[in-house]
Amino acid sequence: MASADITQHPTDEGLVRLPEIGRAPVGSEIEAKLAETWESAPGWRGWLSTVDHKAIGLRYIVTSFLFLIIGGVEALLIRIQLAQPDQTLLTPEQYNQLFTMHGVTMIFLYSLPILSGFSNYLWPLLLGSRDMAFPRLNAFSYWIFLFAGIFMYVSFPLGQAPNGGWFNYVPFSGPMYNTGPNIDVFALGMVLLGISTSVGSANFVVTLFRMRAPGMTINRVPILVWGTLTASVANLLVVPSVSLAFLLLWLDRQIGTSFFDVANGGKPLLWQHLFWIFGHPWVYAVVLPAMGIVSDALPTFCRRPLVGYTAMALATMATMLIGMEVWIHHMFATGLPPVALSIFGAASMAITIPSSVAVFAWIATIWLGRPVFKTPFLFFAGFVMLFVIGGLSGVMTAAVPLDWQLNETYFIVAHLHYVLIGINVFPVVGGIYYWFPKFTGRMMDEKLGKWSFWVMFIGFNMGFFPMHWAGLLGMPRRIYTYSSRMGWDGVNMITSIGSFLFAIGVLIFLINVVISLKRGARASANPWDAATLEWATSSPPPAYNFAVIPTVASRHPLWEDRLGEGRGRSNFTEGLLLTEGREAIGTSPIDAKPLAILKMPDDTYTPFFLGLFISLLFVGLLLHWWLFTAAAAIAGSLSLVLWLWPSKTLAQRATPQGDTHG
Amino acid sequence: MKAAQPALRFGSVPTGERPYVAVFIGLPSIAILYMAPAVCMAENLGAPLNYFLHSFGPAARPTMHLGWVLAGISAAVCFIIAFLLIGALRRKRPASDPRAIGSESGGLQWIYIGTGISTCVLAALVVYSLMVLNAVAKPPEAPAVTLTVTGYDWWWKVEYEHADPAKRFVVANELHIPVGQPVLIKLKSADVIHGFWVPTLAGKTQMIPGLMNQKWIQADVPGTYTGQCAQYCGAAHAHMGFEVIAEDAHDFHRWQDAQREPASVASMPENDLGYKLFMDRCAGCHAIRGTEARGTHAPDLTHLKSRQRLAGGLLTNTPDHLMKWILHAQQLKPGSRMPSIDLSETESSTLAEFLSRLD
Repeated sequence: MASADITQHPTDEGLVRLPEIGRAPVGSEIEAKLAETWESAPGWRGWLSTVDHKAIGLRYIVTSFLFLIIGGVEALLIRIQLAQPDQTLLTPEQYNQLFTMHGVTMIFLYSLPILSGFSNYLWPLLLGSRDMAFPRLNAFSYWIFLFAGIFMYVSFPLGQAPNGGWFNYVPFSGPMYNTGPNIDVFALGMVLLGISTSVGSANFVVTLFRMRAPGMTINRVPILVWGTLTASVANLLVVPSVSLAFLLLWLDRQIGTSFFDVANGGKPLLWQHLFWIFGHPWVYAVVLPAMGIVSDALPTFCRRPLVGYTAMALATMATMLIGMEVWIHHMFATGLPPVALSIFGAASMAITIPSSVAVFAWIATIWLGRPVFKTPFLFFAGFVMLFVIGGLSGVMTAAVPLDWQLNETYFIVAHLHYVLIGINVFPVVGGIYYWFPKFTGRMMDEKLGKWSFWVMFIGFNMGFFPMHWAGLLGMPRRIYTYSSRMGWDGVNMITSIGSFLFAIGVLIFLINVVISLKRGARASANPWDAATLEWATSSPPPAYNFAVIPTVASRHPLWEDRLGEGRGRSNFTEGLLLTEGREAIGTSPIDAKPLAILKMPDDTYTPFFLGLFISLLFVGLLLHWWLFTAAAAIAGSLSLVLWLWPSKTLAQRATPQGDTHG
Repeated sequence: MKAAQPALRFGSVPTGERPYVAVFIGLPSIAILYMAPAVCMAENLGAPLNYFLHSFGPAARPTMHLGWVLAGISAAVCFIIAFLLIGALRRKRPASDPRAIGSESGGLQWIYIGTGISTCVLAALVVYSLMVLNAVAKPPEAPAVTLTVTGYDWWWKVEYEHADPAKRFVVANELHIPVGQPVLIKLKSADVIHGFWVPTLAGKTQMIPGLMNQKWIQADVPGTYTGQCAQYCGAAHAHMGFEVIAEDAHDFHRWQDAQREPASVASMPENDLGYKLFMDRCAGCHAIRGTEARGTHAPDLTHLKSRQRLAGGLLTNTPDHLMKWILHAQQLKPGSRMPSIDLSETESSTLAEFLSRLD
């Protein structure tokens, strides 16, 4: 079936060739050839040059988790400062830098990158492919993310870290009121990070539409894929807004433009619009893939498929569609006319509708299933409760007049932590417990796992629920200390204790990771008896993912025999063999009919060097080293030329007919 | 080595793990019940910004009720979801083949019913919140007093308007308003964005440079209402408070008349030591009406002694606190535009004596 389709749609004369169909049993010659073709060189060469999505995915996960730990330590310092009134542990300036870097780290350097990590690792496995559509771009995206993260921290040791809050409102962040390098580091860092996010998002979109295994029609892709796709499309639309905002700010600060400078006709409110046009969809971008993790992994432990797959996929996209029209709910207090506020308030409340679809789908899945109480399941089930609490406080803040009170108080801090920790961190940690055997070939320890869940769950609720009360008692955000006469002593002490408990929970999880890496029980290909394709290959998967390109016949390829679905069977043992160099199969966007053999790039250093030179260019801009900047730009351009140089293995240079196997 | 298959137990919930499950419902509900004691605890300490339980005027009261309704519904939904979740986790299932996989169909009625009910409740809440918005957006009658508040790093300038320019006056960090009447406040900023917020009287509004926002407040009960900057504005954001003092009409007018008077020190001889000291060290930033001190970067001190608090709400206004503030401003309010003034003991007491006349 597959080969016939290919011949019907020859895409490039030079590529016309019928892929062989066959088997590649373990230990066969074909397998050995694939391994040789796909494996990266050992040592630092392979480390710098690999374009393997699994290596890149794990790097994303490890790097962003390190940022989570850094951001967490910053949070703990903040909580020590706020544990009691009139504390003097931190000066206001130190406090302001800490809360800014905490927000910047968690929102930009942890919450999306970690999900990109999961998706990078999992997508090709979930989709039955051999890699992402643009493996080199993928490597480039990671390097830029890493360098942008380091860039944003360079001024931290000098005591001149960004200090304007992650939202960085002008004119406070403008040249008049913030003269140090603090904000320049942030502004340039954000533009740099935006490059990473954009190319990463483009990669996901193309991968979804062109790189699915034959037979994986669009209504068979896992919900995580829907979540990341939705997030990626949104990022492509809104990241330009924030990159532009930060670029304009940098120009205001360094070149003397006056986009935001009132004295010269600029508009501070413009910043808020540009920032939140990006900022709100971003909130959904950092939760929808995490919700996808739960939607895909929860059913494994409920021993039945997810209830309402189609509804969930549609709800995912509906959330983002509405989420694009609600940015003004961050600006209810800016003096906009009530009619405008009503519309944005109502839209913000409407997001509850797709969210409740998701909640009831998860609960129904548990209700109708037969729950197995393994650690990942605890995280996913606990997540459902936190999702609901975070959602409800969101409804409260969507009510315009009430938001005029709640806005800028600790109620919002409580809300956003229920959303970001509840809906991002819990699924992520659950996801690591779930996919750890796939990542490493070893199981994580169950006993420590349960401990980590309960300590995290109790610590989190103890730490963050009281923030709602602090908010209702009028405690504003971003104050470095408070007086006892305000009546906030008790709640702050409880919050601080809870935060430390939560941190201990995370620590137990990390200890579990370290111990399990060394001593965890060996995992089989499918230790949880799950349904999706990533469990069809070994744990950890080989460099080429699947020796034979799987042919997919349903949404639950590994459960087909037991689900008794009548339509054919997925096939993992016999299928397309693509062994002429690095190759993958390109399929049609909706029906996943094979269309073309895709020549995939070999490992290469160019993404690393391009990323490095672009980052150095930003260093040059930061330090006003103009010659250095020019040199970095030239070096970057050369790397790009090298990258784009037509190569034979990618069939970008004409190959004589007959050279290919026809 | 053969991969070890971890022991998975399918089917009903393992009994040993049931106590865990109880915590799912336990925690959120305990958390919500917690709210009562916490609020009471704060009540004893008197949380002056507690807008959830207190509102003293028509610009805040409908919002407070909206808050109660929304918090109540949210708590109820939390309980219902927690209940369903526990039910889903704990309910007994008939024994079956441990390798069995449930069918994909079914369960959609959960989504239909759950989302259907949520949507109806939500629609009602949208209508209710828009009604509240309409009620608090504009004052019920024409405002009795109009004043302009300008946010500065990190204090508040308050200008009382009057048709007769001679009757306009400026105070700082303290608004006096007549009880029972709406007051229109024009909001401006001199530097960065600040947020004007008197929680028990009204919600917050940003003060944005280059724009003039408006809001109205009304206090139905005489008293002092605490306000606070609600928009992060830098180093001393935490110490940017103010007071709103609502008085009956008679007291309010008496206060206005007193504030319109020039300072009593205006008639002092220019060679008075305290006077000279003030003019040398303070007048660059501070103004005293009727004297040559006309600084505009800092609070007008014409009737300093009439104010309840100092330094943007940081200290009560006592002679001791005042001198402590002048000598140690940077320790008390780090980053403040007010420097710690280096004064000898004699200078210090001379200045104190001078300032004590600013009544």
